[in-house]
Amino acid sequence: MAGGRRRRHHFSRIHAFTCGRASMREEHSLIGGPGFSRKVYCNDPERAMESLLSYGDNYVRTTKYTLATFIPKSLFEQFRRVANFYFLVCAVLSFFPVSPYSGVSNVVPLLVVVAATMVKEFIEDFRRKQQDIEMNNRKVKVHRGDGVFDISKWRDLKVGDVVRVEKDEFFPADLILLASNYDDAICYVETMNLDGETNLKLKQALEGSSMLQEDSNYQNFRAVITCEDPNANLYTFVGSLDLEDQQYPLAPQQLLLRDSKLRNTDFIYGVVIFTGHDTKVMQNATDPPSKRSKIEKRMDKIIYCLFVVLILISFIGSIFFGLMTDDDLENGRMKRWYLRPDNTEIYYDPNSPVVAAILHFLTALMLYGYLIPISLYVSIEIVKVLQSIFINQDVHMYYAETDKPAHARTSNLNEELGQVDTILSDKTGTLTCNSMEFIKCSIAGVAYGRGATEVERALSRRQETPFSQEFKERISESKPSIKGFNFKDERIMNGNWAKEPNANVIQNFLRLLAVCHTAIPEIDEETGKVSYEAESPDEAAFVIAARELGFEFYERTHTTISLRELDPMSGNKIERSYKLLNILEFSSARKRMSVIVRDEEGKLLLLSKGADSVMFERIAKNGREFEEYTKQHISEYADSGLRTLILAYRELNEEEYNQFNKEFTEAKNLVSADQEQIVERIIQSIEKDLILLGATAVEDKLQDGVPECIDKLAQAGIKLWVLTGDKMETAINIGFACSLLRQGMKQIIISSDTPETKSLEKMEDKSAAEVIAIACCINFDGTLLIFQAIKSSVIRQLREAKTLLTTSDENFEALALIIDGKSLTYALEDDVKDSFLELAIGCASVICCRSSPKQKALVTRLVKMRTGSTTLAIGDGANDVGMLQEADIGIGISGVEGMQAVMSSDIAIAQFRYLERLLLVHGHWCYRRISSMICYFFYKNIAFGFTLFFFELYASFSGQAAYNDWFLSLYNVFFTSLPVIALGVFDQDVSSKHCLRFPLLYQEGIQNILFSWKRIIGWALNGVVTSAIIFFFCIRTMEHQAFRKGGQVVGLEVLGATMYTCVVWVVNCQMALSISYFTYIQHIFIWGSIIFWYIFLLAYGAIDPSFSTTAYKVFIEALAPAPSFWFITLLILIASLLPYFVYASIQMRFFPMYHQMIQWIRKDGQTSDPEYCDMVRQRSIRHTTVGTTARLEASKRLEASKRLEISVHSSASKRIELSNFAASKRSEGNSEDR
Amino acid sequence: MSVESSSTSVAVTDGQSKNFRKPKYSRFSQQELDAWQPILTPSWAISIFTVIGLIFIPVGLASLFASESVVEVPFRYDDECLPPDYKDDALEYIQNDNINKTCTRNLTIKNKMKAPIYVYYQLGNFYQNHRRYVKSRDDKQLRNKASENDVGSCSPEDYTSTELGHKPIVPCGIIAWSLFNDTYRISSNNKDLVINKKNIAWKSDQLAKFGSDVYPKNFQIGGLIGGARLNESIPLSEQEDLIVWMRTAALPTFRKLYGKIETDIEVNEEVMLVIENNYNTYEFGGRKSLVLSTTTWVGGRNHFLGMAYILIGGVSLLLAVGFLLLYVMQPRPLGDPSYLSWNRNPGSLR
Repeated sequence: MAGGRRRRHHFSRIHAFTCGRASMREEHSLIGGPGFSRKVYCNDPERAMESLLSYGDNYVRTTKYTLATFIPKSLFEQFRRVANFYFLVCAVLSFFPVSPYSGVSNVVPLLVVVAATMVKEFIEDFRRKQQDIEMNNRKVKVHRGDGVFDISKWRDLKVGDVVRVEKDEFFPADLILLASNYDDAICYVETMNLDGETNLKLKQALEGSSMLQEDSNYQNFRAVITCEDPNANLYTFVGSLDLEDQQYPLAPQQLLLRDSKLRNTDFIYGVVIFTGHDTKVMQNATDPPSKRSKIEKRMDKIIYCLFVVLILISFIGSIFFGLMTDDDLENGRMKRWYLRPDNTEIYYDPNSPVVAAILHFLTALMLYGYLIPISLYVSIEIVKVLQSIFINQDVHMYYAETDKPAHARTSNLNEELGQVDTILSDKTGTLTCNSMEFIKCSIAGVAYGRGATEVERALSRRQETPFSQEFKERISESKPSIKGFNFKDERIMNGNWAKEPNANVIQNFLRLLAVCHTAIPEIDEETGKVSYEAESPDEAAFVIAARELGFEFYERTHTTISLRELDPMSGNKIERSYKLLNILEFSSARKRMSVIVRDEEGKLLLLSKGADSVMFERIAKNGREFEEYTKQHISEYADSGLRTLILAYRELNEEEYNQFNKEFTEAKNLVSADQEQIVERIIQSIEKDLILLGATAVEDKLQDGVPECIDKLAQAGIKLWVLTGDKMETAINIGFACSLLRQGMKQIIISSDTPETKSLEKMEDKSAAEVIAIACCINFDGTLLIFQAIKSSVIRQLREAKTLLTTSDENFEALALIIDGKSLTYALEDDVKDSFLELAIGCASVICCRSSPKQKALVTRLVKMRTGSTTLAIGDGANDVGMLQEADIGIGISGVEGMQAVMSSDIAIAQFRYLERLLLVHGHWCYRRISSMICYFFYKNIAFGFTLFFFELYASFSGQAAYNDWFLSLYNVFFTSLPVIALGVFDQDVSSKHCLRFPLLYQEGIQNILFSWKRIIGWALNGVVTSAIIFFFCIRTMEHQAFRKGGQVVGLEVLGATMYTCVVWVVNCQMALSISYFTYIQHIFIWGSIIFWYIFLLAYGAIDPSFSTTAYKVFIEALAPAPSFWFITLLILIASLLPYFVYASIQMRFFPMYHQMIQWIRKDGQTSDPEYCDMVRQRSIRHTTVGTTARLEASKRLEASKRLEISVHSSASKRIELSNFAASKRSEGNSEDR
Repeated sequence: MSVESSSTSVAVTDGQSKNFRKPKYSRFSQQELDAWQPILTPSWAISIFTVIGLIFIPVGLASLFASESVVEVPFRYDDECLPPDYKDDALEYIQNDNINKTCTRNLTIKNKMKAPIYVYYQLGNFYQNHRRYVKSRDDKQLRNKASENDVGSCSPEDYTSTELGHKPIVPCGIIAWSLFNDTYRISSNNKDLVINKKNIAWKSDQLAKFGSDVYPKNFQIGGLIGGARLNESIPLSEQEDLIVWMRTAALPTFRKLYGKIETDIEVNEEVMLVIENNYNTYEFGGRKSLVLSTTTWVGGRNHFLGMAYILIGGVSLLLAVGFLLLYVMQPRPLGDPSYLSWNRNPGSLR
C-alpha cells in the first residue's frame, strides 16, 4: 500500500476531462424505460434474490456444441451438404432391392467419412472448451460481507458483487468503477484486447463513491444501479447510481469492460453490472460468419455439374432399360426367356416398363454415384487441418519477442490465402508497432540525427549504388538501446550542444521538449531512473529524448514541473523547476499544444509545439530566421515517413498574461453552448507571434520489415489499401513510411475539410468541435445530419479526380487516393459508391483515414462485392473486427495479449511482415494443393464411374455393377484417397525460397489459373478418356477367348478384378505423373496404395466365399497365374497415361506455366542457360506503382530529371529551388482541395 | 547508456518462460523434406517414349505371334442346324420335343491342333450379366445341405409349383434353371474324339462354392423347362457343366468351356460333329457356336493385345522421334514468359 500512498496525486488536474461533473444528459431520461431496465443491487445479494432479478452468471461458453447436442448437431451439419445428403439417401436405399450393391458395403464408407469429420469437430470444440475452462477459472477478489474480500473464480461472479481488481489484472466482467487507490478515484485501463490501442485510457469513478478506498468501507456499502440492458456498443453507456438517496449519472467514464486490463493503478473497487454473455465484449463476439473459400464454392458447382451428368447418364440408362424390358415380353411370348420376364418383380416387369424404368433410375443413381467423390469433403477437411498445422508450425512466422507463432483459427480458408487480390490494412498496431522513436530534429535550421528510418533502411537494402555502402554501415551500428529513442548525433549528445553555434536555441529547444507535455514521471526507487507515463507514445518519446539529451524531467506536481538541466557553463546538472500556469491542450482540431510556465528567473514563457500546417502561420515576423531550412528539413523528414512537429516559443509580459488568464478562467467557467468556441478564441489570441526553434521528427515505428513486405506484396500484384482511424496527416506519413506514397505521386485528397464545406458548417451554426464529433461517431449516428451540400461536394471531388485518372499517364504518374472518414460516409452511399470504387481501383494507393469501424467494414464489403476479387483484411484492434469479419479472409495481429481482433479473425499472425510468407508461400502452396487435389478427385472418380457406365452398355443397362460390392465401396476410401491427401498436404511446385524470390508466382492464384474451368474440364475429359481406354481395352483383350493356358474364359469376376486393377494403377500413377515433389511420404502413399490393392485382393479373396462372393480366390487362382493379366495391366496403364503424358511434355517444354519456368530455373541452375533464367527473372520484376522498388525507380527518374535541369541552368540557386519543389508539391497535395 | 528501457505506457512483455510456444523445428514441420523433384525435361520425355517403344513392340510382337499360333475353329450352328423346313419357324422347331434335334456336320481342320484342344460353346446376345440373372442364385444353398430350403433371391425358380408341393428347388434360381443343354460329340474317321468334361471348372468353385453333399432336387420339374436337367445322384460339386455355367459371363457374347479333347487333330483332318441342338436361342435371336481352340501362354486367339502393344509402342517411338526433331530444330523457344496469361492481357494486373 505504501506505493499507493506515494502516488496519491490529483492527476485529474492535468487531464482534460471534467472530473466528477458528469451532468444528467438527455439519454439519462431513458433510464427505467424499455432497453434501459437493468437494476443492479450492489453488494446486496439478498435483495437481488428477493427482487427475482436473475441475471446470468459469469460463465462464458464459446464452444459450438455441448456434450448433449454434439451428436445431433454435428450430424445435422454433416448432412446439410448436398453430397453427404445424397450419400445418406443412397445408404438408406441400398438396403432395398433397387440397390445395385449390398447395403453394408455402401454404409461403411459413409460411416468412415462422417466419423472422421465428427472426430475433427470434436477435437476442435474440445480445444475451445479448454480455453473456456481456463478463462472461467481465473481468480478475482470478491466482497463476501463484513468488509472481507475473498478469492473467487470468475465464473462464480454475480451481478451486484463488489470486486477488487489489482494492478495488471483483467477485469472479470463489466464493472462500474467505485474507487481506486488514487484519491480522485481515477484508474488507467489498457483496452488492447478491445481496440488494439496500447495507450492507457483514464477512467474515473463518481465523487460519491471515491472515498471507499479500503476493504472495510464495503461492510455497509449499499447502492442501486439502474442502467441500459446488455448491448454490443463498447463506447456508450447510460445508467445512474443511487447512493445514499442521491442519484448520480453514470457514463462510459465509469465503466470498466471485461477483457481490459488495469494498469498503473494499484487496485480498484468495482461493482459487477454485466456478467458472462451480457458483457459488452461477449455481446460483440458474434459468431464469426462461416466463410467458405472461392475454390470450395466452385467445387460445389462442379459437384452440381457432376450431379447433372449423373442424372443424365442414369436417365439415358433408364430409357434403354425400359425399352429392353418392354421388349422382353411380346404378346405373352418371352424373348429373353432365361430372364423369366413372365414372372418378375416390379423392377423388371415388362408389363409395366415405365415403372421398371423409374425404379431403375434410382438404381442407376446409386450405381453411378461413384462419379461423386464421397470422400472429397472429408479429405479436403483433413488436408486443410494438416495445412493449418503447417502454418502454425512455421518457424519463420514465429515471433520470439511475444512468443507468438502464427495461428490458423479456421482451416477453411487456406487456399483463399493464395488468391488475395486486395489487402485492407489497419494502421496502428498493424503496420506500425504503436511506439514512437525520436529520431531526428532540426534546430535552428541545422538538421541533427543520423538514425536511419525504416524507409531508408528498406531503400538502402534495395539500392545498389556505392552511396549506400556508407549508409549500410550507419544502419548496422544503429540499434536503439532505449525504447523510444533512436537518436545519434555527437554534435548535440553528451552536452556537446553547448559548443554548437546556436547553443541557446538548442537549449530552448530541449527545454521545451522537457516542459511542454502532459506526461507523468515515475522514479524507480532502486535505480533512481526516471520513466514516464504518457497518454500518447510520441509524447513519451519527447520526454525521453529530452532526458537523454540532458534535460531530465523528474517531477510533476500540479503546479510545477521540475527538471535536471545540464548547465552549459559549468557542465554540471542543476535542478530547476518551472511553475506551470496553464496547459492549452492538444486537440485534433487545434493540432498543437502549449504550456505557459514561469521559470526561476520569473520570466513568463509560452512553449508551443504543433503541426507545421498550423504553426508556421503563428510565427512572428522576427521569429522566422530558420524558417526556410526548417521547412526543407520537415519535407525531407516527412518523405522518410517521419512524424514532424514544429517547436516554437514566445516570452509573455505580465500584463498580457494576466489579461489572458483572466479571460481564460472566465471562459472556462462559462456555462453556455458556445463556451468551447470562446475558449478557443482566447487561446488563439495568445498563441501567436511565436519564435521558431526547430522541428522534431519522430518515427511512428513501423513494424520490422513492413516496407519490404509491402514491396513484395506489390510485386506479387496485390493491392494494399490502408484504412485507419488516424488523422489524415498521420496516415499520409505512414503512407510515405511504407512506400505506399512517394514524391511525384499525384495525391487525390478527398476531404470534407474544404473551405466550402467549412463555410457551410458555419452557416448551419455548428461549432468546429461539433463537426469533429460528428465525424468521429459516424458509426453511431451517421444519420444524424445529412449535409446534402457536403455530399455534392464529395461527388464533385470524385468526378474531378476521375477526370484526372483518365488523363494521367498510367505508367509514370501513379495516383494515390486519400479520403477522410466524413467524405467516405458520402462516398459509400449507394448512388456514389460505384464511382468511388472505380476511382479507388484506378489509384495505386488508397488510404482512408478517420474511418470508423463500420466504414472499414463497408469499404471491405464494397471491394468484395463489386470487384468480386478476394479481399484480405488485417488488423489488430476491436475497431477492425467488422472489417475482419466482412473480408474474405480476416487476419488478426496478435500482439502482447490475446485480443479481440484475433478472436474474430481467421488466421492470427504476430507481425505484419509474416503476411508475406503467409500469402506468397503458404497461400500459394495451399491454393495449388487444394485446386490440384480437387481436380484430381474429379478425375479419379470420373475415371472410375464411367467404367461402370460403359459396362452397362454391355449389360442391357440392368444396373449390374462390373465390380464386386466391396471393391466399389472401398475405392474412394482405401485405394485412392491417401495419395490425394499427400498431394494436398505436401505437394510443392517450387520451394518456399523460390516462392519468395518470384512473387509474381502469386498471380497464378489471383487469376485462378490452376482452378479455371478450362483446367477442370480438362481433367474431367482426361477422366473420361482414361475410363474409355481402360474399359474398351479390357473388354477387347479379354473378349471371349481363353485368357490363360488352361483354357478358362473370362467371367464377370475376372473382368471386374482386372479392370479394377487397371483403374487403381492408372489413377495412382496419374497422380505420380502430375505431382513434381516426391518425398518418402508420396512414395509410400502412391506405391503403397497400389500394393495395398493387391494385398486387399489376396486377403479379401481368402475370406469365405459367403462373404467375398465373386472375389473368392479370384486373384490367386485366376489372375495371378495368367500372364495376360499382367500384360493387360501394363498395356492399359501406359495407354491411359499416354495422352496426359504427351500433353504434359509438350506443355512443359513449349508452354510452361510460371511455376514450371521456375522449376526449369531450379533445375538448370545458372549453368545451362543463364539467358533464360535472366529473362524469367527480369520478367518477374513487375512495374509496380507502390513499394520500395517503385520508389527507387521514381527517385532515379527524379534524379535524372534533376540532372537535366542542372545541366541546363547550371546554377546553384536553382538546385535548391528544385529540391524544394518536391516538398512543396507534397504539402500542396496535403492542403490543396480538389 | 542504460539498457533498461523506460516504461512508457507500452505494455511490457510478460516475463513468462520465453519461447515457450516456439514451433519445434524439423524438416518435416517446415516442409523442407528431401524430395525428388523430377521435371519433365525433353530428355526425360524422349527417353521415356523410347523405353516404352522399345519394350512394347517386342512384347506386342511376342503376344501377337503367340496369338497367331493358336488354332481356333469356330462353327456357328444355330442356323446351320436348323432344318430348312423350319427356317421361318425356328421357335416351333426348338420348342417341339418331338422333333429330332440331332445335327451332324463335317468340318475340315486346316491346321494341326495339338492337344489339349478345348471345346467351347459360344453364345451371342445372351445377357448373363443382367442384374436379375446374376442375382438369381443362392450361394448358401449351393454350398450346404443344411441350407437346402434357403432360396434367397431365386424367385421365380425358388419353389416348385403348389401342385407339386411347393418344395424348394436345388439348385434354385434362373441361372441354374437356364443351364445350357446342347451336347456335342466329335469323331474323326469314325473314331470318337473323347471330350473330357472333367476339370473344366475352377477348383475354388468346386471346393468352396458347390457342396459335395448337395444333390439336385426338384430341378426342372415345373411347367416351364429352362435348360438342362441334372442327374440327381451326382452332388453339385461334381456337376462341372453347372459350375461353369454359373460363373456368369461378363459380356453378352461369351464362350464357356464344354470339355477338352486330349488327342491331336492333324492337318486337313475331317471331323464329324454331332450336335444335339436343344438350347433355345432362337427366341432372343442369339447365336450359338461350337469352338475348338488350342491355347498358348496368352490364352486363346485374340490379336488385340499384341496389336495394341505394337500400336502404343509405335506411337511412343514416333513421339520420341518427333520430340527429338523439335528439340534439335528449336533448342529453346520455350520459356517465353509472354505465354503467361497475365502477360497476354496486360490489363489484368492493374
